[in-house]
Amino acid sequence: MAVSLRPDKVGVLVAVIAAAAAASPFATFKANRIVAGAPRSLFEALPPTGAAILAAVLAVAVVVALLRTPGWLRLAAALAALGALAVAIGAVPAHLTPEGDRLARVGPSTGFWLSLVAFAVMAADASIRLRLGPLARIVAVLLVALGVALLLRTGAWDGLSVMKEYAGRSDAFWREAGRHVALALGSLAAAIVVGIPLGVLCHRVPAVRGAILGVLNVVQTIPSIAMFGMLIAPLAAVAAAFPFLAALGVGGIGAAPAFVALFAYALLPMVANTVVGLASVPAAAVDAARGMGMTARQRLVRVEFPLAFPVILTGIRIVLVQNLGLATIAGLIGGGGFGVFVFQGLGQTAIDLVLLGALPTVALAFSAAILLDAAVEASRGRLA
Amino acid sequence: MIEIGHVTRKFGAAVAVDDVTVTAPGGAITALVGTSGSGKTTLLRMINRLIEPTSGTIAIDGVDTRTLKPFELRRRIGYVIQGDGLFPHRSVAGNIGTVPALLGWDRPRIRARVAELMEMFQLDPAVYARRLPHELSGGQRQRVGVARALAAGPRVLLMDEPFGALDPIIRLKAQDDLLALQKRLGTTIVLVTHDMNEALRLGDFIAVMDAGKLLQFATPAEMLVRPATPFVEELIGTGDRPFRLLALAPVSEIVEPGTAGGPPVPATATQYEALASLAWDGRSAAPVAAPDGTIVGIVTVTGLLRHAARPR
Amino acid sequence: MTPVGIAFRLLVLVLMVAFLANPGLFEPLLLPLTRNGAPAIYVQGDLVALTLNHLAIVAMATGAATIIAVGLAMLVSRPSGVEFLPLSRSIVNIGQTFPPVAVLAIAVPLVGFGDRPALIALFLYGLLPIFENALVGLTGVPAAVADAARGMGLTPRQILFRVDLPLALPLILSGVRLSAVIALSTAAIGSTVAAKTLGEVIIAGLLSGNTAFVVQGGLLVAGLAILIDGVFVAAERFAAHRVGALQLRTA
Repeated sequence: MAVSLRPDKVGVLVAVIAAAAAASPFATFKANRIVAGAPRSLFEALPPTGAAILAAVLAVAVVVALLRTPGWLRLAAALAALGALAVAIGAVPAHLTPEGDRLARVGPSTGFWLSLVAFAVMAADASIRLRLGPLARIVAVLLVALGVALLLRTGAWDGLSVMKEYAGRSDAFWREAGRHVALALGSLAAAIVVGIPLGVLCHRVPAVRGAILGVLNVVQTIPSIAMFGMLIAPLAAVAAAFPFLAALGVGGIGAAPAFVALFAYALLPMVANTVVGLASVPAAAVDAARGMGMTARQRLVRVEFPLAFPVILTGIRIVLVQNLGLATIAGLIGGGGFGVFVFQGLGQTAIDLVLLGALPTVALAFSAAILLDAAVEASRGRLA
Repeated sequence: MIEIGHVTRKFGAAVAVDDVTVTAPGGAITALVGTSGSGKTTLLRMINRLIEPTSGTIAIDGVDTRTLKPFELRRRIGYVIQGDGLFPHRSVAGNIGTVPALLGWDRPRIRARVAELMEMFQLDPAVYARRLPHELSGGQRQRVGVARALAAGPRVLLMDEPFGALDPIIRLKAQDDLLALQKRLGTTIVLVTHDMNEALRLGDFIAVMDAGKLLQFATPAEMLVRPATPFVEELIGTGDRPFRLLALAPVSEIVEPGTAGGPPVPATATQYEALASLAWDGRSAAPVAAPDGTIVGIVTVTGLLRHAARPR
Repeated sequence: MTPVGIAFRLLVLVLMVAFLANPGLFEPLLLPLTRNGAPAIYVQGDLVALTLNHLAIVAMATGAATIIAVGLAMLVSRPSGVEFLPLSRSIVNIGQTFPPVAVLAIAVPLVGFGDRPALIALFLYGLLPIFENALVGLTGVPAAVADAARGMGLTPRQILFRVDLPLALPLILSGVRLSAVIALSTAAIGSTVAAKTLGEVIIAGLLSGNTAFVVQGGLLVAGLAILIDGVFVAAERFAAHRVGALQLRTA
């Protein structure tokens, strides 16, 4: 195949980041959980053969990025580099930790994270060039999730400091994970049930549109931490006044204020996207439906909703990603979720514990975004 | 004078303009006509190097356009496009003064030039100078677009479907204004249009393009009478050819000696207008009046019809 | 902006200034929210200093983010940067999925506790909305306008600074507004990593179960957000009027 000598521009970016990664420490070694870490270069962190293999895989991937190579080769090289990084980092603790030392902590450092960024950029760029369809992207996310699950299952990462934090509190981790997802999905469901009818109302009755969207806009400007905090007082009062609600779990501290706050933030995107979606339905289609004798209800269900669906789905995407992130704040007010670990970790200056909360949050939001983006694209493709 | 010599432009494998050689005479309007995809707009945009020719040469008044930097060349050539392309964030005066400002004119000179052009285009500077484009009507925006193109006094004006966005009545008025303006300034104009009627009405010369090739370059009358190919003939339309021919020439060309009653026909009117007037009144002849009012002879239905017949 | 909207924002401004100048005035309102004789007004720190520092952190981070994000959008929207356009779109799209709290938490191991992790998190998170809006604005200039600009002999540089940027201004301002409002909120969370912001008041309230602190801290930040949002909305409207296009405000 003909390969031009002019370097690929995105490849240059990948190479620059990878070079910065090579110049940075690959891992950190800490004598215990709290102290500051000492940097370890790639060849210090891994046995010579392992380090050489990883360096070679990464170097080949950078060369593939720099040359004007076909998309599938770029994607394969980027995935190989990411896979090698994932396996390699798991091998570091065994090499660095002295025999019998149970307090030492080993974790990835700047060099590892930058390499991750470099080849993630390369993989993203390759998948754009290949024009991967929605289904292919969903499959890709599932495969990556499967790979990560495999690494976790086999214990390949067990030596890493984050996993040591997990090992100590695996029960709490899964309990908070469940709460986190329940909070995010539950408030999303409530926002869909309330937001879509409200959006239809705004679309049908222009007089109330300004007022509803205006109030929701102001709600949106209230800082999340304040919103969560301020709901404590009224909900405590409600629980005190209506004991049966308290019995259901409504109270000033806990999941209730978090749920209400997430719901309040979620309403604006739901209502606004429903309004925009309905407004973007071609007038000719609505007119034709009316001309054929459809009732207002039939028009809404058979014509307007199907045509507005991609925009409404985009609203759901925004809300879900936003909720998964915001649910961390619940940890501050006793509402549970991954935020519990983030804020506990910040309080104890235990960064590994912070990461135990932050990494799954990012992974969840990230996967939700890719999956729902694919769904939005598929729903648009069906209409186009 | 714009000399286009063996110009070809390819986009990948597609040939948009195929070895076109044509000269747009100086001080005249050349209308470039064709269906969409015929290459007419590509040819126009190669004149000010918005598109570079794959091969061939273009010279304006004897100067090869490649000897100038593209942006310097463009500042010397007026350019008007469909939908006006006015800068939405600049006032009318700011839009018209764009090229003079680029050329480094001083402020009083720009201000004077803007005022002069606005008067010329019937836009009161006191009212319109500070308005933004979205505060104008379609016809006004189009006039500002032409005024902006003429601001630095270019010898050449390129127009790409300049009246395409106007409704029919405003379009007729804008076309008349352009004709008057061209007479006054003597600018060399190349105008792209898909509308043969517009080409016949405005063009001193018409160039017909199809599939990247130049099919015919001729005066409107010659093109009506002797279309070079069946495609040109189809573009002109055969149904009302005699009337179109009459519409191209003034009454003064066929004045006969004699006398006739009834109101006179102006010598400057087109023969088409004279025939319409006679047919409506049911007269067979009418006196012809020179611009100063003197009767110079008569025009007859027979004479008009003779002129409308296919030349042998 | 409607008269009601202006009056509402003026009222917010007056109440905020009054509270900061003399918090004691509001003590009777806040007292019912306390329990066991706890103080109603936060006195462990200077509220005015916290407010100013909160604003300063947000202004610095958002200012830096604006410069970098608009600069990047300018690069990517030029013909020489076109290879980065689809990639940068998806990086922005995916980057926005990073929760602010996570960005804040991940910044701590890099720079330690204090104002600095907050600044970094605010800066990084602020880049995305500005970049996205600047990109939409810079690549959304009507084709006829871009064509006319080139045809009149504007150089690429002149097209960027005289046509593209002024036309993109309303959208860029809208991005800066989103960034600033998000930054105000994230800066409050920044107190959990020891940044000196109004979040300190809220956290103190949460830790001691004193709702009066939570409410006064929260309302102060919300007031700031509403005022800054109002200023930018007004600037956007003005700029949008200049370019003759009033966009529907959806976010």
